[in-house]
Amino acid sequence: MSEPLVRLENVRFAYGERAILRGISLSIPRGKVVAIMGGSGCGKTTLLRLIGGQERAVGGRVTVDGQDVAKLGRDALYALRRRMGMLFQFGALFTDMSVFDNVAFPLREHTDLPAELINDLVMMKLHAVGLRGAAKLMPGELSGGMARRVALARTIALDPMLLMYDEPFTGLDPISLGVIGQLIRRLNDALGASSVIVTHDIQESLQIVDYIYFISEGRVVAEGTPDEIRNSADPFVSQFVHAQADGPVPFHYPAGDYATALVGGAG
Amino acid sequence: MADVFRKMGSMAINGIWQLGFIARFFWLILVYSGQSFTRIHLTLRELYFSGVMSLLIILVSGLFVGLVLGLQGYETLQRYGASDSLGTLVALSLVRELGPVVAGLLFASRAGSAVTAEIGLMKVTEQLKAMDMMAVSPIARVVAPRFWGGVISMPLLAALFSAMGVFGGWLIGVVVIGVDDGAFWAQMQDAVDFRYDVLNGVIKSAVFGVAVALIAVFEGYDCVPTAEGVSRAITRTVVSSALAILALDFVMTSFMFRG
Ligand SMILES: Nc1ncnc2c1ncn2[C@@H]1O[C@H](COP(=O)(O)OP(=O)(O)OP(=O)(O)O)[C@@H](O)[C@H]1O
Ligand SMILES: [Mg+2]
Repeated sequence: MSEPLVRLENVRFAYGERAILRGISLSIPRGKVVAIMGGSGCGKTTLLRLIGGQERAVGGRVTVDGQDVAKLGRDALYALRRRMGMLFQFGALFTDMSVFDNVAFPLREHTDLPAELINDLVMMKLHAVGLRGAAKLMPGELSGGMARRVALARTIALDPMLLMYDEPFTGLDPISLGVIGQLIRRLNDALGASSVIVTHDIQESLQIVDYIYFISEGRVVAEGTPDEIRNSADPFVSQFVHAQADGPVPFHYPAGDYATALVGGAG
Repeated sequence: MADVFRKMGSMAINGIWQLGFIARFFWLILVYSGQSFTRIHLTLRELYFSGVMSLLIILVSGLFVGLVLGLQGYETLQRYGASDSLGTLVALSLVRELGPVVAGLLFASRAGSAVTAEIGLMKVTEQLKAMDMMAVSPIARVVAPRFWGGVISMPLLAALFSAMGVFGGWLIGVVVIGVDDGAFWAQMQDAVDFRYDVLNGVIKSAVFGVAVALIAVFEGYDCVPTAEGVSRAITRTVVSSALAILALDFVMTSFMFRG
């Protein structure tokens, strides 16, 4: 078994005083699709930022392709990021460019390909997400789900070795959801890439991923292959699989006593 | 009492920090400016948004300022029988002071605020982070071209403002009031020195251009990424630019025109 592409060893991270990750260890093997699940606000987006080197861990180590991300200088980090693609949670399309130019952006910035070839590549990526016909639209003219699919096309434009998807399924109708799920799987296998999907959509993930991690309160609380997850008796896992509000995963952001807040004001 | 001093002290420290941040940011812009010129279309686009789009307000304001200068100047000069010097008065006030300063103030509120808003909103919507994640430096790709667009357009706009103002002064003085046309232009040509007056005016407007463009891109890039944060940043751009222009103008005038 070869060294995994991404490895997090006992990673800790805090925004100011608030600890978000309290010692996470996980790995993303080459060629696999891994899902990361957890309640809203548990630090999934932060985790992707750490892998991409946009935030630095307070403790522990994040390695990508054998390199310690926190120790890389700017040029080395940029060289590494050229081989990564990240789908942002809210798309983050460039609003001053058309859909076509958005998808062409990484190609134009990082390659010297002739315009015809760029055109073909962009059309292929847009076709893959079903939006070839929307090439001329501006991001403001897209629906939320369409914008996310365009962002997906932009993420895969350079055929990266590591694909990170921050909630790729939110805002998609069931048909697109299935198609995008299959697309993520096929892309991973066709490119020989590795993928991380941050998602809440357990049913879809169970069908396409190889391995699942559950995160709660800054730690990995459960993990396993889809089969293991389906048959798991773990309370975390079953709360997710069966979408129950009560269980070990807290629905509420940490707060004081509810009755006090209602009667005596928040202070 | 001690509280007041403590507050003043912390304000001073904050101000110095802020200056340090701006200086560092300025240095980064210069370091990452290569693309702004090797891929000139990036800068041309910003030149269009900052410069060309500000043309109308600059030209119209210049005309009105010139008209007022013509009226007021004539009113004062004719008391001393010197109404032939109207051209000199109008041209010198515009080229030395009003052109760079008023054009700078207008530029800050028209173009500077727009640049801050655009960069600030790109930050709010994570476009800058996404770009950074694609291994494209937002400073090289977004900030530097906007900075240079502002720096280049400012002196040109100030020159147009002055030209329009002189035209306005001529319109009122010569066409409406009836000052001698030949005297208007001849006295102006005699009195306005290219190096002493025009060049110093151009230097002023270039300095204002750097100041306004730097403040605008910095405030946008540095803003708190929320709707409120962006609106505050825009306000700060306009206010700080105005203060910077007026203070710098005083400093430069005291060095340039000491009689
Ligand atoms: N820039 C920031 N400054 C301070 N705290 C932050 C910042 N960004 C996120 N947080 C906090 O960090 C925690 C984790 O945020 P993160 O965005 O990683 O959550 P998430 O797991 O992606 O949630 P979601 O599923 O809702 O997207 C949140 O509780 C949030 O309050
Ligand atoms: Mg998130």
